[in-house]
Amino acid sequence: MMVTRRNPVIAALYLILNFFALGGLYLTLNAQFIAFIHILVYAGAIMVLFLFVIMLLNLGDVKLLGDKISSRKIIAAGLSFGLLMELIYIFGYARTNLPASRFERSAEIGTVEYIGKELFTTFLFPFEVTSILLLAAIVGAVILAKRKLD
Amino acid sequence: MDIQPYLLLSAITFTIGVVGVLARRNAIIVFMSIELMLNSVNLSLVAFSAFLGDVTGQMLVFFVMTVAAAEAAVGLAIIIALFRNKQTVNLDDINILKW
Repeated sequence: MMVTRRNPVIAALYLILNFFALGGLYLTLNAQFIAFIHILVYAGAIMVLFLFVIMLLNLGDVKLLGDKISSRKIIAAGLSFGLLMELIYIFGYARTNLPASRFERSAEIGTVEYIGKELFTTFLFPFEVTSILLLAAIVGAVILAKRKLD
Repeated sequence: MDIQPYLLLSAITFTIGVVGVLARRNAIIVFMSIELMLNSVNLSLVAFSAFLGDVTGQMLVFFVMTVAAAEAAVGLAIIIALFRNKQTVNLDDINILKW
């Protein structure tokens, strides 16, 4: 639905719907922490940013973007179909080679407590690197969006 | 617990994202398609993490989310800067990097 809409605002709203559905799927996988972070970060923060930019740019005349059938669309459809078949084949193949399921453990590892413990012990270094990445992103976004550089 | 439906859904959403990137010319829609692809990968990571009882997959999802947030902020800033200079978000009109 998201890809076929002409109006970017409608597309963004469909993407938010998709994010909520995905959050529900995370809950079915017993990943509570990831589910809530997903809703907060994606549906809350990123999509607000998207909608804000769409409305700021005022893309009312979307018909100018010409959605006619072109050779590019046909190539895109062919490539994507090939990719989908490939992925399905790989996942179907993986089914026979998976180790035994330990799904009963998943309720334990999805909690905030367990993830927090892991995050600040085993994954402490990537966590710190993330903070630097976010700082760089903040600075980059501000510089890029500034009207002109002094 | 069967992992197959999650992986299938992940493959399908990833392909939808690829279609969006390849077929659409609106920079913002292309950008949202990239988010969709990141999300489909997250879904299969969480599915495998739950299936194997290993928390590493969920940690990776956490880091992917922070990278996606940073990428969204920077990318939208680039789109705003482009729109300010060229008055368009159509990717076919943005060709100043072409030789």
